[in-house]
Formats: sequence, structure tokens, C-alpha cells
Amino acid sequence: MSFKGNLHNLKEKYRGTKMAPAFNAIHTFLYLPNEVTHAGGTHIKAADDLKRTMNIVIVALLPCLLFGMFNAGYQYYAAIDAANGITSEFTILGSFLTLDNLWIGIIKVLPLVIVSYGVGLLVEFIFAVIKGHEVEEGYLVTGMLVPLIVPVDTPLWMLSVAVVFGVVIGKEVFGGTGMNILNPALTIRAFLFFAYPTWMSGDKVWVYDAVERTGTADAISGETILGSYAQNQEVAYSTFDKFMGFIPGSVGETSTFLILIGASILIFTKIGSWRIILSVFVGAAAMGLIFNQIVAFDIITETSKFYGLMNTVWWEHLTIGGLAFGAVFMATDPVTGSQTNKGKWIYGFLIGFLSIMIRVFNPAYPEGVFLAILLMNVFAPTIDHYVVKGNVTKRMKRLKVKTA
Amino acid sequence: MSKDIRIKKGLDIKLVGEAEKNTTNSPLSSVYAVKPEDFHGITPKLVAKEGAEVKAGDTLFYSKSDERILFLSPVSGKVMEVVRGARRKVLAVKIAADTKQVHKDFGTKDADVMSAEEVKNYLFTSGCWPFIKQRPYDVVANPNQAPKAIFISGHVSAPLAADLEYTLAGKEAELQAGVTAVSKLTEGKVHLSVGQEASSLFTNLKNVEHHKVSGPHPSGNVGTQISKINPINKGEVVWVITPQDLIIIGELFLTGKLNMTRTIALTGSQFSTPQYVTAIVGANIADVTANNLQNNNTRIISGNVLSGKEVKEDGFLGYYDNQITAIPEGDDYEFFGWNKPVFNKISTSRALTFSWLTPKKKYDLNTNTNGEHRAFVVTGSYEEVFPLDIYPMQLLKAFMYKDLDEMEALGGYEVAPEDFALTEFICVSKQPHQKIIREGLDLMREELG
Repeated sequence: MSFKGNLHNLKEKYRGTKMAPAFNAIHTFLYLPNEVTHAGGTHIKAADDLKRTMNIVIVALLPCLLFGMFNAGYQYYAAIDAANGITSEFTILGSFLTLDNLWIGIIKVLPLVIVSYGVGLLVEFIFAVIKGHEVEEGYLVTGMLVPLIVPVDTPLWMLSVAVVFGVVIGKEVFGGTGMNILNPALTIRAFLFFAYPTWMSGDKVWVYDAVERTGTADAISGETILGSYAQNQEVAYSTFDKFMGFIPGSVGETSTFLILIGASILIFTKIGSWRIILSVFVGAAAMGLIFNQIVAFDIITETSKFYGLMNTVWWEHLTIGGLAFGAVFMATDPVTGSQTNKGKWIYGFLIGFLSIMIRVFNPAYPEGVFLAILLMNVFAPTIDHYVVKGNVTKRMKRLKVKTA
Repeated sequence: MSKDIRIKKGLDIKLVGEAEKNTTNSPLSSVYAVKPEDFHGITPKLVAKEGAEVKAGDTLFYSKSDERILFLSPVSGKVMEVVRGARRKVLAVKIAADTKQVHKDFGTKDADVMSAEEVKNYLFTSGCWPFIKQRPYDVVANPNQAPKAIFISGHVSAPLAADLEYTLAGKEAELQAGVTAVSKLTEGKVHLSVGQEASSLFTNLKNVEHHKVSGPHPSGNVGTQISKINPINKGEVVWVITPQDLIIIGELFLTGKLNMTRTIALTGSQFSTPQYVTAIVGANIADVTANNLQNNNTRIISGNVLSGKEVKEDGFLGYYDNQITAIPEGDDYEFFGWNKPVFNKISTSRALTFSWLTPKKKYDLNTNTNGEHRAFVVTGSYEEVFPLDIYPMQLLKAFMYKDLDEMEALGGYEVAPEDFALTEFICVSKQPHQKIIREGLDLMREELG
């Protein structure tokens, strides 16, 4: 009997038992199920399912992951060179896409991915078996997002604790994928930030080994651009570096260029909402412009602690920190975002606007994107409520015109 | 006077197996059946006893809520069986047809000179009332309510739907008589929507307001047309009737006989020659599809692939249907079917699905769900195929958690299950939209009247 037939017999054997969801998760990963349409509905269905949808998001994330692996190594060696006072010519093939850099990526970034998926899917499977529902696909994307938004030197045990917290409190207590209020990946990121603030918000965690070397003769710096701006320091990176992503930062968030490629994949396949992506950038640019004007009119001067980030040119805000990554991969989460098209414009704009505001006014941790998105996750249903109410009011008016 | 309605949101599902314009007469079946389930919301009270002789036009059962609404036998013969299900619910009344058909004579009438009350009574006694359905709730019209308008859709856009211009050709007189009759039933207008290339069959009709619709499915759904012409408000009722039912009413007025013969389209890839046949309502499926159907792991549907009902080969043609579709069952596994590129299925996304490259291609879709049932996740996709001024996902969710205030406010009165067929088709989470809407409408009808 064929492999397909054997699996089918196993499925029938386990039907209704506790372990059925676990078996089905693996079975449906290999084979599209043999389920047919039921009475009282359409007899045919379109080709898309949730697995396919989530798969596209993962594909869109892969360039960022690969880049992050090389960048982890590049930043490491660049920091050592800087500490030793060596300057060398930068070429993409010669100094970026090297095996040495990739090796750092393999030993530092890949474990983050494996731990994120391993721990997260384990929790998902346990919940599916306990509650008797199918293993849902939401974590396929969350598990890929998490390693991309944490600093490279995040200890694996911290990540594991955060993932368990994020999946259980962020998602499963609400009923699983589709029911959660907060973006699970950002819940995990927020947990890391608030549970281990000294580790997560320092200037060392962004480059591999920077923490270990602190205080020794080999000390290296791991400062991000935002950190430098927040301390009113000059930043040594060119616009090209910032846009392409040859800068320190969370694993996958640095390359605006590759994030935009991911965005174009999401928009082309109609899986990510272009409305949200565009309006986040518009909102961020608007807030950036306002701050630029405040500086231009000398309301805030160089003596202010906000000067460094306020004086950052508005378009530069769009390329540094996690704004682009948040706009493309986080804000577009359909479950936690606004669900109406009109609401998506408002939701995206406010995320961008608040991101830059938090970035400028939060001296302790100058990255506001994840806080802004989490905040707007909470308000998304409120935005939708008022958008839908517009439709309801229109209907009521139609009735009044009739009866009057 | 003609008004143009342009539908932009929607999706034309192009399938193989369109019926050729060639009609054969199917022989008289040995068994016919009238199924109360075709008349949603009607509780039948049986009149005909097993073994009784009936003529075509004799009463089989009537509605428990209004005993004027009769359901008549489409053929003459003997009541051979009353099929009952759980709790003795009547599932079907089967009639063994006589070789010689005898019709009951209801007497010819001229609708022009009749009053509304006379037309109504004539439709009651002749068993034609069930052809008139109402919105809201999508059930057989309640004769005690006054409709603000009557809607007729002469445009079809559903997948593989029977071409009305072809099936009704030469029935101008019947159609006009039917339209005149129903126009008596409302103080408001009778709205007739037709496609851009409608022939004189429709465009010459009198006593109606003409509209031209264009655009993708669901432009032919009467619900879409109502929402663009004169949307339903709370407390209002509109009636709808199909052209193929109007000619039965028309013929009744002209001849005095109830002739429930329709031209049926046999469509779908499982017919060796998709074409048209004539058959009487309630005919046995096997007889209608004889020598044509490849019944090898086939889904037979009375109606279209979006809103039709599944029937077996020994089942019967639905009361309102003028189409039988047969497509392959999809009860097989597909290796890595969820991530490999897909060329042979329809999709509105471009997630490694390539139907957007070939908009004119005809597809041979099967009944596989292409994925498992999930909670609602993706947003914004339903709106692309849903032309009504309603938030589809919000309405569906309100219907699921049964908040009557929200169901009402979000537009529950304006929808019928078939309006949610396309959103169900494209649903990534494979939610049963039409079932949700049907159950929600039943609840509203029960609670709000």
C-alpha cells in the first residue's frame, strides 16, 4: 500500500482520539486533506487556505533572515576592527557575504530560529491536544518573526521563557489563532523588554559577544543608531548603509531594502494590506516632519536631550530602527489589526505617528514601533467599531428618509 | 425607462461544461417527488394520503402557517410514498406517474382586468404562490404583507447558469401574462433587470421598470440588484420571482393548466454532452440525466455549484431549479498541496496561485475544500467580491454570536444566503458562510417576525 494510503488509514485509526490533532498537523503538512465540501454551502472552494497564506509571509521574511545571519557576523568583525583601530574598504562580496560572517549567523541566529519554532510549536501542539482543536497555522509566521525582532545576543533561555509566555498569554488564552487581541510576536518582544530590561536595553546586546567582552581589554561597542541619536552623538553610518541594512540592530530589521522586497511580495500576492503598510510610513513621515519643524523653529535646541532624534531628518526615521519591519510584517497582521479598509488607513497612520513620537520621547529605549503597534492592536476594534457604525448610521438614515 | 447598474466587485467563476444550446426532451420519469425542504421555513400539512390518485394540479400538502398556500402535484399518478425522516418530518412526497398525464383545469383568466385580491386567490388555488419568495429572510412570501416592490432578475451570472434567453425563447406571451399578474400584487414597481445584450424577449415587456446590469457575478443575483435599485429597510418587504417561474404562472393564466415543465441545463465536467433537456419539476435525476452522466465519484447538484443542493442519482430535481451540475468529487489527498504552485484552481490571491494570469481559462474544479476549517483570520478579501453596502465579515460574526441588534443594524434584512456564496468560495478559513446566514435569518425571523 502506498504512503498516502497508509497515512489515510492511520488518520482514520486516530480519529477522535486525543492525539488526533497532533497527527493531523503533520499529515496536513504533507498532504492537502481529502475533505470535501458540505451540504448547505458552496460545492467548490478557491485554492487558498491558511497554510498557503502563512507560507507566503514566511517566504517574504526569508530574505531578511538570510541578511540578518550575514549581518550578525559582519557587525561582529566590524566592531572588533573598530576596537583595534583597523579601517578597511567595504565591499559586499569581500566583507559582507563571507563564510566567516555566515558562520557567526549559523551559531548565533539559527539557534534563535530553532528555539523559537521548537518551543512555540510544542506549546501549540500541547494546547491543540488538550483542547481538541486542530493545530493552527498562526505560529508558523510568529515563529519566524520572533528571531528577527530580538537582539542577536539574546540568551536562548530568555527567548524560550518569552515564547511560552507570548503563545500562552498572547494567544491561546483567547482561543488560538484568529481570536487574539495582541500580536503574539510583539507580546514576546515586549515580555523580553519588560522582564529583562537591563539586558535588553543596553548598548551591548546588539552585537555578538559585546556583552562578554565588556570591561576587558577586547571591549567592543554594540550601539545602535537610535541609541547614538538618543545620546546626541554623531552617527558614522551613511544613508546607503542604513537603507541596505549594514548597521547594528535586531536580527532581521536592519535592511529596509529587503523589507521593501518582502512588502512587495505581500502586496503582490494580496496577503498583506498595502493600506496599512503605506499609512504607517505616511504617519511616521508626518510625525518626523513635525519634529523637524520644531527644531527648525528653535523650540528645541541642542542642549535638549530630545535634540538628537528630533533633528533626524524625517525620511531617515523611516530607514532606521524597526519601523519598516514593523510596518510591513507586524502591523499587517490581519487578526490584531483593523479589519475594515477605512479602519486600516487610520490604524496604520496612528502606528507610524506614535512610533516616532515614542522613539523621540523615550530616552530609555528609543524604539517605539513595537509599543505603538501593541497600543494600536488594543484600539483596532475601537477604530473598526466607528467605521462600521458609519455604515449602520447610513442604513438608519435611509430608513428615516423613507418614513419621513 | 432604463437605468444602468454597474457591478464592480465580484468574481466570475468560469468552469468547463457549459451547456450546448441543444434541447432534448427527457422521457416522462416513473417517479416524481415534491420535497418540503425546497420551501425553506414551510411546515407541511399533508393532504394526499399514500395510495391516493392525483391529477397534475391536485394538492399534496399545504403550509401549516397559512393554509391558503398549497403545494400541488406536478404530474398525475398515484402517491406511492411519503418519505419521513427524524421525528416524522416529511422529507418528500413521491408520486408514481401515469403514462397518460391528466391536468386539473383552473380556468383561463385575464390578469389585466383582475384585482390584486383575485390574482392572489387564483395563485393560491393553482399552487403558484410558492414561486413568489420574499426578502428579508429568503422564504416563500407571506401573503399578508404588502411588498414595496417586486424584483425579477433576467440576468444570470452564476457559474454555468442556464441561459434564460435560450430556455425561455418563444415564451413572450407567457412571460408577459406572468408579469402582468404579479404586477397586480404590489402598489410599488416591478423591477426587471437584464444583461447588456438582452433580447426583445425581455426588453419588450410591459408593466415593468427595466434595468440593465453589467459586471461579474453576483450581478445576476436578485439580492445585488435590490441593493442597487431599492434597498430593503427595516420593516419593509420585497418579493422576488424568477423568469422561469413567471412563465409557469403565465401559462396558467393563458391555458388554465399548471404545466411545470422546465428547460433544464445539464452542466459541469461530468456530463459527456452538457446540454439542455426539458423536464417536469420534481423529476428523478437519473431519468433527466440518462445516458449523459458519468456517475463515477461525481457530485450531482440540483442548481449551481455555489448555492445548489447535493442530490444523489436516485434523488429529485429541486422545485425552483433549472440547472443540474455534475462535478468530480475531490476526496483525495494532494501531496504538498498547500505550498506548491497551483495552476488548475481558481484563486483571488496571487499566493503561488496563477489563475490571475489566465482570466479566460475554464477550470474543472472538484469538491475538495483545499484546506481545513479555521477561525476568521484574513481580512479585506471578502470585500473584493461582495458588492452590497454591508461589511460582510462583521455581519457574519454578528450572525455567529447571534446578537439580534447587530444582525439588524449591520444589514441582516438585506441578505440571502446566496449573497454570501462568493465570500464562502474564496474564504481562506473555509467557513460555511451560507449556512451561517441561513441559520441567522431563521433566528431573526423567529425573534423579530
